[in-house]
Amino acid sequence: MNAQVEIQLIAAVVAAACAIPGVFLVLRKMALISDAISHSILPGIVIGFFITQDLNSPLLIILAAITGVITVVLVEAIQKTGLVKEDTAIGLVFPALFSIGVIMIAKNANDVHLDVDAVLLGELAFAPFDRLMVSGMDIGPKSLWVMGVILVITLSLLFAFFKELKVSTFDSGLSAALGFSPVVLHYGLMSVSSITVVGAFDAVGAVLVVAMMIAPAATAYLLTSDLKKMLVLAVIFGVFSAVGGYWMAHFLDASISGSMTTVLGMVFLAVYLFAPSKGLIAVMYRQKQQRTEVSLITFLLHLNNHTEESERHVNHLQEHINWQKVRSETVLDFAEKNNMIAINQNIVTLTAKGKEFTDLALEYIVTNKDDRIEHMKDDFFLFRG
Amino acid sequence: MLRKQSLLGDAISHAALPGIAIAFLITGTKDTNVLLLGALISGLIGAFWIRGMITKTHLKSDTALGLVLSLFFGFGMLLLTYIQKQPNANQAGLDKYLFGQAATLVEKDVILMASVTGVCLLIMLLFWKEFKILLFDADYTKTLGFNTRFIDVLITFFIVLAIVLGLQTVGVVLMSAMLLAPAAAARQWTNKLSVMIFLAAIIGAFSGVFGTAISASQNNLSTGPVIVLVAAVFVLVSFIFSPSRGILFKQIRFYQNRRDLKLQKTLQFMFDIAKTHENISHPHAIKILNNFQGYTKSSLKEMEEKNWVALSGQEWSLTTEGYEAAENLYKK
Repeated sequence: MNAQVEIQLIAAVVAAACAIPGVFLVLRKMALISDAISHSILPGIVIGFFITQDLNSPLLIILAAITGVITVVLVEAIQKTGLVKEDTAIGLVFPALFSIGVIMIAKNANDVHLDVDAVLLGELAFAPFDRLMVSGMDIGPKSLWVMGVILVITLSLLFAFFKELKVSTFDSGLSAALGFSPVVLHYGLMSVSSITVVGAFDAVGAVLVVAMMIAPAATAYLLTSDLKKMLVLAVIFGVFSAVGGYWMAHFLDASISGSMTTVLGMVFLAVYLFAPSKGLIAVMYRQKQQRTEVSLITFLLHLNNHTEESERHVNHLQEHINWQKVRSETVLDFAEKNNMIAINQNIVTLTAKGKEFTDLALEYIVTNKDDRIEHMKDDFFLFRG
Repeated sequence: MLRKQSLLGDAISHAALPGIAIAFLITGTKDTNVLLLGALISGLIGAFWIRGMITKTHLKSDTALGLVLSLFFGFGMLLLTYIQKQPNANQAGLDKYLFGQAATLVEKDVILMASVTGVCLLIMLLFWKEFKILLFDADYTKTLGFNTRFIDVLITFFIVLAIVLGLQTVGVVLMSAMLLAPAAAARQWTNKLSVMIFLAAIIGAFSGVFGTAISASQNNLSTGPVIVLVAAVFVLVSFIFSPSRGILFKQIRFYQNRRDLKLQKTLQFMFDIAKTHENISHPHAIKILNNFQGYTKSSLKEMEEKNWVALSGQEWSLTTEGYEAAENLYKK
């Protein structure tokens, strides 16, 4: 394998391993925990380094993961006192731990290769040079093995506890009643996230781990509300961005992790804007549509209530219902297109269809029963759902 | 902090990075003001995108914050590394903004910071009422006819401004602690917004001064982390020792209440026995209290001090006072 393929492979494995816990973090509204963990593992790594004097020791990963879990425990302890909210607790814990880490490095490890930049930012391009040797044989880059093992563990845990995770994510009360302890699952998830963050940040850096965890999950969340589909989509987005990011970095000659995040950002932005039902454009369109429909009903009811011509003059509507000119024109056009009104010398009259519609709408408003408007649902968003 | 957007500061301080990089790419200078302007703009974009995501889609605020934080920062990293590869010797030192170094500040920066702080204060005093009401009851503010959007934008603008200015001092990573810790500490001591802001400012300033002093007195200590740790100590102390909300006094109150309850239980038991006798002060053996939990030697002594019981040898008797106290317990 040459270095290029290896880097892409590592990136893809990291992306997949991050995306899976990420989905659950996003669904459990704990996305920022990943940010906290990714920063606060610093002291764990530093202490591990002091003990082993070796940056590649597995003890480092274990200690860092423990620090990650400690962060979660601390955040929860602070939160439980009821003095501050959860997000404040997160914001208090991780900068403090991070500061301790930075100070420990500054005081004691100035002369060794362990600077904050490297820890925070990571460099994927060097990953292939760090080989794993087993009895003198070169069996591939070390981070590929580390992340591969983490991915396999995550996947097997996911398959083994999928049902439990699903229940406890969406309804922790039910899951407790069914006998799966939400606490155990919570800490299990946190440990897995912690280990993933630690394993991944060697390759992509602390801040970008957060992107790898949250962004694919959030993107997938905008497209589906099915947990299984969301997991698959998140992994696909993650792997796609990892490989795409590598090539972007290749052409720009810039940091790989940075461009991976940028690709993630672009994918998210595209989905955010154009997702079929939850995207920004779809939501805005729907809101506009609904506004017009509400206006239409108001307008029809107004016509229904007034027989005198002065109340039904086109210009009068602008004054009376206090609509802007553009809006009243939209509503007029909309109503006319649907054959609900007839305009004769600027005087508006309800047609037979308009009258029928108005009566139905009125009945619906008064009785609030869905069956009255069954057949109108095809024409109008408003009455759906 | 009160708006439940504690981590907004963290997100924005990361989101400012691409702004710094882009400002440098466009102008090619390292003039602080230009870079800060870039940071301000990208911070604002980040802040409003977070808002847009929360209101327009079903993504929750934590996801939105995390997304903006990491995506902007990643993009900023991309730009920074891109800049570093450019044949332009002028680029060194941009990453200084990542961790901040108060020692590198020059007089001009300080003047700029001071004047911006002054403007912030002035605006805050001008819109005090509006800020306060929006903070605690946004819907009510709307019905009163205030332009909530405008006030909201104003607050966000100043938060972003403060963060961007602070970046130089403590750096991206530790900024959120600077925003949060003084407020969280101040919150424990008061329920009033005005007092809280005042306290937070004092605590913040104090940890700044103290942290800088510690960092200057020793070699190899960067300023930012020390300031953050000092602020963290303030928070810890506030959590534990605050009279009304602190853990220590809460625990003391908890024990006191439990002791009172035990005492009352014992008294009640005595009352039940004494009731059956004509003479309420009829002496009874202490032994019969033994099978009743909540009784200890010290609690009996305390009752004697309160004049509820009279002890003589191995026997106790209820006093009139104790009898009445027990009767009142029932009435409650």
